[in-house]
Amino acid sequence: MSVLVYIDHTDGEIKKSSLEAASYGAQLASQLGVAAHGLVLGTLNADLPALGKQGLQKVHQVKNDSLNQFDPGQQAAMVAEAVTNLGATVVVVSNNVTGKALGPRLSARLKAGLVAGAVALPDTSNGFVVKKAVFSGKAFAQIAVSSPIKIIALTPNAFSVTNGDGSAEVADINLTVPAAKIKVTGTNKIKGQIPLSEAELVVSGGRGLKGPENWGMIEELADLLGAATACSRPVADSHWRPHHEHVGQTGGAVAPNLYFAVGISGAIQHLAGVNRSKVIVVINKDPEAPFFKAADYGIVGDAFEVMPKIIDSVKKLKGK
Amino acid sequence: MKILVCISKTPDTTAKIAFTDNNTKFATEGVQWIINPYDEWYALVRAIELKEKDPTTVLHLVNVGGSENDAIIRKALALGGDEAIRVNLESQDSFTIASQIAQVAKDGGYDLVFTGKETIDYNGSSIGGMVAELLDWPYVSLATKLELNGSNASLTREIEGGEETVEASLPLVVSAQKGMAEQRIPNMKGIMGARTKPLKVGEPVAVEALTSIAGFELPPAKAGVKLVPADNPEELVRLLHEEAKVI
Ligand SMILES: Cc1cc2nc3c(=O)[nH]c(=O)nc-3n(C[C@H](O)[C@H](O)[C@H](O)COP(=O)(O)OP(=O)(O)OC[C@H]3O[C@@H](n4cnc5c(N)ncnc54)[C@H](O)[C@@H]3O)c2cc1C
Ligand SMILES: Nc1ncnc2c1ncn2[C@@H]1O[C@H](COP(=O)(O)O)[C@@H](O)[C@H]1O
Repeated sequence: MSVLVYIDHTDGEIKKSSLEAASYGAQLASQLGVAAHGLVLGTLNADLPALGKQGLQKVHQVKNDSLNQFDPGQQAAMVAEAVTNLGATVVVVSNNVTGKALGPRLSARLKAGLVAGAVALPDTSNGFVVKKAVFSGKAFAQIAVSSPIKIIALTPNAFSVTNGDGSAEVADINLTVPAAKIKVTGTNKIKGQIPLSEAELVVSGGRGLKGPENWGMIEELADLLGAATACSRPVADSHWRPHHEHVGQTGGAVAPNLYFAVGISGAIQHLAGVNRSKVIVVINKDPEAPFFKAADYGIVGDAFEVMPKIIDSVKKLKGK
Repeated sequence: MKILVCISKTPDTTAKIAFTDNNTKFATEGVQWIINPYDEWYALVRAIELKEKDPTTVLHLVNVGGSENDAIIRKALALGGDEAIRVNLESQDSFTIASQIAQVAKDGGYDLVFTGKETIDYNGSSIGGMVAELLDWPYVSLATKLELNGSNASLTREIEGGEETVEASLPLVVSAQKGMAEQRIPNMKGIMGARTKPLKVGEPVAVEALTSIAGFELPPAKAGVKLVPADNPEELVRLLHEEAKVI
């Protein structure tokens, strides 16, 4: 018996969300008293034995360049075969863009109950119950999984990466590679920016900033902090900022350690995408802005006066 | 070309989230129900656009749920679509819902099944992938664009920090999100017409659920905001560094 962690990678590197999944899988394996294994489909440059630091004992790899192009149907068939061959009883994937396509396919294929968006380790004292966020982060549900095999899709940034000193054994595994039905014809990544879904710190701007020409201060603060940038929906709808930065009910959901909101009113639909952030800071000139109710720290003031001073003191803090 | 669009019902985005029955049931009293925004704004509208381009297209909607969903289904029909099918089953387990949709898709001989990116209540993002697997069709998730050229589809899908263009041939399952289409408001003609469109009720196939909801909980209340005076923003930076330890 084992816990099998699907290791997602891009541009030759393991995604941070997969290091979280590996850490989670290893802790779950020790809770269950079974082995923790990883599965890598495709080729990468990353140091695979280093997954031992997250607690994996063994990493199985299918070295095949064509698998770097993601077809969830093809990969679900391969993961399912690995689950059977290795006798895995729990599969852990990240609930990132890859996991959202792979997890459900795998679930239907193996008739294995899926918890999409888990935020904590399962409670195994009576059955197998996993906590996940529901109602766009406004509540949590306890999901009981009744099937013999279980699939957990872990919410990015909900579980810390552990850094022990183990080293994982890496071995090739022989799995049938079905024909891909999806052909990737082009990739367009925003260079030099931290993807929002992976960011630990996010600086975000709303309509209070008046226009796209005023985003310099948002970008400067984000740059200094190593944060990603985000925005409210009207800001993306007015094309002040690209669509992928839009967070909220109908945009992306983020759960960073810090969400720094400038000139955003904090409408319930906006909060739905950010309310799982660990610390929320709000800069708004209106003391009645609803965002203050959801915030941990705040300044009631004009962003155009406050932000330059904040940037200056962050510069001092960072010794720049 | 036959297109099937999956329509789900969710509480209005501003609904108060509370639970009853010892925190095992969502409190529905006073809740306004809406079509799940991803299904309405993106999946359905894109399907309608495809039908507008090629009027021979047959466009059906499917919902899995009880008769209390009929009002929402009619609202969706007011936007467009030829008829709707409601599979008469109340369930929250994604696998049982997906199994019903897969059966409808198989029986109806559809070429393209659309779902929304996720429901805004249970946030599963699961149904599309499950339906695709049950049908053994390709699945393009979190799609922001879709063009058809005969039986070939060109799509754009989200990846971390960007997007990817992909190609697949029909039959195909697609989960739609922002970018796929622009929200439409139903007009009077659509609303009147929706009343007479067929809403067929089908009986579910027997499937065993794989998961169940054991209970709900609300997040712990926030301690309250710590306000820093506007003339001393340096203090905010200090607090974030020394107290919250996030920077
Ligand atoms: C179904 C539905 C889904 C939605 N989904 C989303 C979603 O996913 N994401 C989202 O963000 N919204 C969403 N919305 C829209 C949401 O309801 C709000 O309209 C939106 O979030 C408001 O954006 P905003 O805070 O940037 O702008 P506004 O509401 O205009 O607020 C601007 C804020 O800036 C402040 N301000 C102005 N000038 C300054 C200054 N000089 N310094 C400091 N502060 C200043 C103002 O006091 C105000 O609080 C959705 C709405 C609906 C109905
Ligand atoms: N009961 C249902 N009936 C029909 N379609 C549904 C139902 N539940 C979910 N869907 C579809 O599946 C998508 C993803 O839902 P979920 O996996 O629950 O987040 C939704 O956006 C709908 O398109």
